[in-house]
Amino acid sequence: MEWYWLPEYLPKFAEGLWLTIQLLVLAITFGMAMAIPIGLVQVTGPRPLAWLAKGFCISIRGTPLLIQLWLIYYGVGSLFPSIPGIRESMLWPLLRDAFPYAVVAFSLSVAGYEGEVLRGAFRGVPKGELEAARAIGMSPLKVLFRVWLPRALQNVFPTIAGEFILTLKATPLAATITVFEVYGIGTIVRQETYRIYEPLLFVAAIYLCLTGVLVLFFRYLESRMPRRMAGAG
Amino acid sequence: MLQIGDIHKSFGNLEVLKGVSLNAGKGDVVSIIGASGSGKSTFLRCINLLEMPTQGSIELDGEALTFKQTRSGNVPADKRQVERFRAQLGMVFQSFNLWQHMNVMQNVIEGPVQVLKLAKAEATERAEALLNRVGLWEKRDQYPAFLSGGQQQRVAIARALAMEPKALLFDEPTSALDPELVSEVLKVIRGLAEEGRTMILVTHEMSFARDVSSHVMYLHQGKVEEEGPPKQVFGKPKSKRCKAFVQSVN
Repeated sequence: MEWYWLPEYLPKFAEGLWLTIQLLVLAITFGMAMAIPIGLVQVTGPRPLAWLAKGFCISIRGTPLLIQLWLIYYGVGSLFPSIPGIRESMLWPLLRDAFPYAVVAFSLSVAGYEGEVLRGAFRGVPKGELEAARAIGMSPLKVLFRVWLPRALQNVFPTIAGEFILTLKATPLAATITVFEVYGIGTIVRQETYRIYEPLLFVAAIYLCLTGVLVLFFRYLESRMPRRMAGAG
Repeated sequence: MLQIGDIHKSFGNLEVLKGVSLNAGKGDVVSIIGASGSGKSTFLRCINLLEMPTQGSIELDGEALTFKQTRSGNVPADKRQVERFRAQLGMVFQSFNLWQHMNVMQNVIEGPVQVLKLAKAEATERAEALLNRVGLWEKRDQYPAFLSGGQQQRVAIARALAMEPKALLFDEPTSALDPELVSEVLKVIRGLAEEGRTMILVTHEMSFARDVSSHVMYLHQGKVEEEGPPKQVFGKPKSKRCKAFVQSVN
């Protein structure tokens, strides 16, 4: 084992780590924001929207994330330069960079998986509690944000937390489209130093730490939720 | 004060309410009795539009709910008005329906804060008084799942009262309770009747209905078969069916 290269590359790994965290946080944020309506319309209708949401979930869950990522980056991404004037537009720096494409692909993935989880979660909230919310005079939006959604999230929180960790561990895929997150930096080290296993081990250790932090964070959140007795709720 | 006129309700081809009316003045306690399937719960749920009546009128304190006819049938013309009506009609359910992700205090202040836009401090003060009254102030930080059925129902009553409603609707409030827990809930409801609250009560507790009601309605197959003061409905009903029903459950 040779670790002489490590001090030199540490700043790079810090940058990569920051990129990984950004990618994960943005994907979870945008993904969940999409997952809520995707899960909800499958329960409430209208039918065409429900089918659309269902189709989206099936497509996302039924295909590898790597292929989605490439389709979005190499496929959709290659269409933009052909639009006249786009290179002069304010959007161009964003469209030229690989990171936004990774955010889109990972967000869609989170949306597909969590949309499916939330569909079941929304359906599982007892009707009576929603009725009580309506009976007290809440508007449909209030019912959703005060009772339906928090109640649904509470029921599936451990599932969703587990999937966020899976998402973290899928982020190295972004390196395949030139997003130099933690794993991407590891490949740079390999190319420049010809050391293969040390960088990989180091990268693995970083993911292990990240996962540990996430697990502790989710456990803390869960401990703050009302505990339920067996059979209740 | 609460005038419900000629309510019809159909589910598909099945007409479960065939024109039921109710008139409750301020301080009246109207009990609705009848066998299962007579439509009494459906009627109560039509009053605050948890069930949409196919036809009929609803008037609270001189203000009539407005409806419009669409392809999908009778619908409220103004959703805001429906929300306003509901906020003024406290509802207590058979299965309590407390929000399980909120503790007792949060359950009771939720409506006042979110719907009536009351300041949290004021709502909390009001809730503490109500929880005291139903004997559950000590449980204010508990989650519903840790309470007995009787306690949950008393919280649900406090939650309804926190809205300072013009009338209270009770949908078989003791039917889901273990027998030994029924009396603690009835005691609270009796207290409300005695302080002159306007209440509509769907119940199977006949002796309780006889005690607290100013008016009793007996429903049979979606129609009012017999109604009047409790003495008459329970003592000497004109309808044979009503007589048989009252005798069978007593």
